[in-house]
Amino acid sequence: MLSIKLAIKNLIGAGLRTFLNVFILSVAFVMIVMQNGFIQGWNKQARHDVIEWQYGQGQYWAGSFDPFDPFTYEDAHAPVPQELTDAFESGKIAPILISQATVYPEGRMKSVMLKGIEPDQQTLAIPSEALASGGDEIQAILGSRIASNLKVAEGETLLVRWRDANGMFDAVEVKIAKVFHADVPAIDMGQVWISLEDMQQMLDLENEATIIAIANQELAGLDLEGWNFQDLDALLYDMDQMIKSKSVGNAVFSAILLALALLAIFDTQVLSIFRRQKEIGTFIAMGMTRRQVIGVFTVEGTMHALMALVVGAIWGGPLLMWLKKTGMPMPEGTDQMGLPISDAIIPAYSLGLVLTSVIIVTITTAIVSYMPARKIAKMNPNDAIRGKIQ
Amino acid sequence: MKTIYAFAMILFLPGSLLAQPSGDEILDRIDQNMSADSRHVVSKMVINGTRSTRTIESETWSVGDEKAYTEYLAPAREKGTKMLKLEDQLWIYSPGTDRTIQISGHMLRQSVMGSDLSYEDMMDDPELRNRYDAVVTGSEAVNGTDCWIVEMTANSPDVAYQLRKIWVDKKRYLPLKEELYAKSGTLLKKTELQDIRRVGNRWYPGKIIFKDMLKKGDGTEFIVESIEFNVDVPEHLLSKAALR
Repeated sequence: MLSIKLAIKNLIGAGLRTFLNVFILSVAFVMIVMQNGFIQGWNKQARHDVIEWQYGQGQYWAGSFDPFDPFTYEDAHAPVPQELTDAFESGKIAPILISQATVYPEGRMKSVMLKGIEPDQQTLAIPSEALASGGDEIQAILGSRIASNLKVAEGETLLVRWRDANGMFDAVEVKIAKVFHADVPAIDMGQVWISLEDMQQMLDLENEATIIAIANQELAGLDLEGWNFQDLDALLYDMDQMIKSKSVGNAVFSAILLALALLAIFDTQVLSIFRRQKEIGTFIAMGMTRRQVIGVFTVEGTMHALMALVVGAIWGGPLLMWLKKTGMPMPEGTDQMGLPISDAIIPAYSLGLVLTSVIIVTITTAIVSYMPARKIAKMNPNDAIRGKIQ
Repeated sequence: MKTIYAFAMILFLPGSLLAQPSGDEILDRIDQNMSADSRHVVSKMVINGTRSTRTIESETWSVGDEKAYTEYLAPAREKGTKMLKLEDQLWIYSPGTDRTIQISGHMLRQSVMGSDLSYEDMMDDPELRNRYDAVVTGSEAVNGTDCWIVEMTANSPDVAYQLRKIWVDKKRYLPLKEELYAKSGTLLKKTELQDIRRVGNRWYPGKIIFKDMLKKGDGTEFIVESIEFNVDVPEHLLSKAALR
């Protein structure tokens, strides 16, 4: 108790120096919480978006389909299994037929993935209902990225050339029924969506699909001949790895930030012990053990962390709450990088995150406060009380 | 009376119509000119893009329509690039990266170096007779040369174009113009064959102009500098080892 009283008295006595140390440490603390909050927020948003827009609750892949191997695309298609007929009729699955094609916006040639999806599906957030109203004209929907890339807009037509299952060329103009915005570039960049029925007719692949996204876990893991089930762990593996690597990078940044703040505290402690030798000598002369004196200085240093937590909460709390409300806007062009990032990242702060940050800041501050204080144990009390430099 | 009328019609029909060969005969004659067991071609490809024109020189050895080996000779940027086609697979070796990459089935249909030719077009040597049913629909002059108009409809689903329309020189049995249509009837490509010359016992164009009708630009000229038919293609050129 005495140590705490003495520490508070000394810290208040140090005035501006204490304030600067506390403020810098509070900046490090708030920044660590903020950075981790953004990573967690992005992770949460990205997982939610890819499940909603791209993966559903899992997918069945036809035969040898491998999204990263275009060599497999041509042969990877199979009839939608009988076992999923009810689910198909109630929109609980979204069979998607995929083929490579070429589009010619204003005479320029671009390779795209042509994807057929059922207009009535309820599994993915893709606004496929826009594909229903077409009459004789084939309707297409595009993501905003590819629409901007091709320089086409809603209501315009786009010439598409493809090959059917036998390799015969065909070409037709499709009408762009809708341009939608999604945070998931994987369903947008380089992709043209048309209705599954049109696609099956175009490719001469009646009732066939390349992948089937499912809406709920009851349909997961069925043993369907010619289809391989991919659960969410498998589908999200790459994204999880990417978030993990981002977290490592973030940890390095946080460590540097914290190290800079702790350096200030370390310096303060060294200076205090140097300048307050008479005080140390007096403590020892009055009967305090060296260990108790070290304790006084360590507590004094650690108090910086506790005060930083309070100061950080005072100015950082409202800031973090405001960021949680508004999010951090992403610079223009970020969505072209292929990552599932929304226009603004909304940070997610968990109790675990805040507690972990508090513990890390407090323990590291205690360590850097203790390290210079060890010198006290080697001091000669007579020299110390006389203020003799040791 | 009907018999007399029919006899009179035959008597007064123009000679040219009487001599009109069937579509299949025309395709046979075209195949005799254009197809070969093997060939060796040194060519120049002039790509007329919307912004600039590039010329690429190459040397190609091919066996039927299954195997082909091409090496680019110029410009310096492309020199040393090699392509090998075996069946439906294509490998490209780039000296810049010292790597050989395989081009997939669909990528075979992509443009070769920005030209109006796809990799397939460049290496394709289809025998028309076996894949198309041909009907002579009329005659028309192309650049002052009298031609048969032959419409060819695919007789199997595994050919690239559903419909081909060719204008065939009545004397030399070589198509001087060709239009390639998609299943939907959209005109996809147009080809013009010019500078017809005698190569051995066959007629062959010295210049072929390809135009992708869906794409902007003035098309691609394929200029045949020299060509030999039914040559012995060195075995080592038709293996992946030749790429390095």
